Amino acid sequence: MRKLLIQNLLRLPLTVPAPPPSAQALAELGARVDRAARVRLGRSLSIREVDAGSCNGCELEIHALNNAFYDMERFGLHVVASPRHADVLLVTGPVTANMREGLERTYAATPDPKWVVAVGDCGRDGGVFAGSYACVGGVSAVIPVDLHIPGCPPNPLQLLEGLLALLQVS
Amino acid sequence: MTATHALQALLEASQSVTEHRPWPRVIVTPETWNTLLEGLASGAWTLLGLWGEPVMVHLAVREAASGTLAIASLPCPTGQFPSVGRCHPPAQRLERTLVDLTGLRPMDAVDARPWLDHGRWPVRHPLGSATAPGESMPPYRFLPVEGESLHQIPVGPVHAGIIEPGHFRFTANGEAVVRLEERLGYVHKGIESLLNGADVGRAARLVGRVSGDSTVAYAWAFARAVEAATETEAPERAHWLRALMAELERLANHCGDFGAICNDAAFAMMLAYCAVLRERVLRASATCFGHRLMMDRIVPGGVAHDLSADGINALRALIAEFRHQFPALIELYDKTASLQNRTEHTGFVKPALIQQFGCGGYIGRAGGRAFDARRAIAYPPYDELLFDVPVLSESDVNARVWIRIREVEQSLRLIEQILEQLPVGPIGNALRRPGNAREGVAVVEGFRGDVLVWVRLTAAGAVERCHPRDPSWFQWPLLEAAIEDNIVADFPLCNKSFNCSYSGHDL
Repeated sequence: MRKLLIQNLLRLPLTVPAPPPSAQALAELGARVDRAARVRLGRSLSIREVDAGSCNGCELEIHALNNAFYDMERFGLHVVASPRHADVLLVTGPVTANMREGLERTYAATPDPKWVVAVGDCGRDGGVFAGSYACVGGVSAVIPVDLHIPGCPPNPLQLLEGLLALLQVS
Repeated sequence: MTATHALQALLEASQSVTEHRPWPRVIVTPETWNTLLEGLASGAWTLLGLWGEPVMVHLAVREAASGTLAIASLPCPTGQFPSVGRCHPPAQRLERTLVDLTGLRPMDAVDARPWLDHGRWPVRHPLGSATAPGESMPPYRFLPVEGESLHQIPVGPVHAGIIEPGHFRFTANGEAVVRLEERLGYVHKGIESLLNGADVGRAARLVGRVSGDSTVAYAWAFARAVEAATETEAPERAHWLRALMAELERLANHCGDFGAICNDAAFAMMLAYCAVLRERVLRASATCFGHRLMMDRIVPGGVAHDLSADGINALRALIAEFRHQFPALIELYDKTASLQNRTEHTGFVKPALIQQFGCGGYIGRAGGRAFDARRAIAYPPYDELLFDVPVLSESDVNARVWIRIREVEQSLRLIEQILEQLPVGPIGNALRRPGNAREGVAVVEGFRGDVLVWVRLTAAGAVERCHPRDPSWFQWPLLEAAIEDNIVADFPLCNKSFNCSYSGHDL
């Protein structure tokens, strides 16, 4: 273990430079984010991830945000274990009928001010699963959405661009 | 009738469906159906799948001794069939799902509770009569637990990590879990209904999203099933590129799991290293095939993306990185006593249960069941590649970690061989249009275990019915057994060592 730790001290970090916040995301957010809330939260966001029926592809890429390459904690973005601690709900999936109540209750449990980011093509409009009896069809069909990050799944840089836009808007 | 060829004899005595490939599908009588159930219960055969249509149930079985694989179909003109779950517990959840989706009724079923249907869909029996739901469904009854000083811990469906949703009902006596009952179905997306009538291209995209972490395995199984049905042969190079993708998928997932299991034992350093290796695999995959998870890269008839020189260079660099970095991580795992203290003897699954459930993947191979579809069914190009199938008998979290470690090494070996021997030539053939209705089935070894896809195509070549069966069906129930008598705090460790799919199971 000592050898691995020493090697790391002598090596340059893997972490990539921060991407610019997505212009499209900034435009979408500009109209929505409350300046007072921004001042209150400072440059830090606590994120609660909610899988509302995804195929798990989006979760894999959200996980990747925590690896050494993307290291989202350096921007004050961190994942929390409870909606009660969260500023942001990061929601994936076409919202299945069976998860609808779970998502609504998670939203209700999240204190104001809060933002909802719908991740992936499914989160936008149900994606490839749109039209199924078992899917409600997009996160905004259930709770208000502030930002969409499309992709199937969006890659970590696209996710980071969207989330940084949340931090930038003021 | 000798024991080893009993299944063959049974098949020959039944009416065969002519346009079903590559293994037989037979229409059976209720008597033969019951004989099959007895064979499953006695352990002579392994259950591979159970699914339904409006007036028929299908049972996929495999005889380990002879390697015979077959599907038996029982017509249900009265809407009833002899319950499979009654004789063979591994079928119970599949059977409850079949009831939810088709409305067929198993006779003398031991568990009449719904499984995927939570009473929230606008239809009942979506693959059967598809009627409007009547009265609202009563609350789900968890199994009764009685005894002094027991308490219950309900967990989920929304969990504390970045994971899929499902509900776990723990009953604990102090710290020890006396029963875990799973309740799944939260991510049911109605994929089978969406597949009905879809063209092959859309169906491939849907099946490739049954479980995102196994998108390559699913796409491959679907492609093979469609190719079997239409008697299309994919070009040689496509077979090899498919295997390359499948091994990259295995590498990425096993790496991620290795780190995540250690992280659940509070050893975050391993997660940090493994997450970097996993990211390198995904980046190499994107360089090779234009998508980090390689979604939609395997299509019926071949592959959609050829490997370029850049891709080959990226893979050589990836292998060099693994050869340099991975041995140090194995040593780190092997020499950290505090970590092994958490994983050894934790989450033990009885090998007898693994056999009974036909449990595949690293869970099966960590508990003495050597089945690996790449070896047992030897679909191309694995029939031309050298690799070992690691098997252990300890059946605990530690053994499941070691199987992953050994399989990472084997995947590296396979990728090297593929790069050495990759045939040149086209990467796709047009699907044949036989002009009549056809059926096909395929089994592919995903990182988690064997994925089965069965498909029926119309004369016009569209999907009439398709059933993808995730390996998790035969793994989830064993997690309930694995956690018994372990402490509640070890559940994340056990659960991660299983890493069952919610989405693949809920469909």
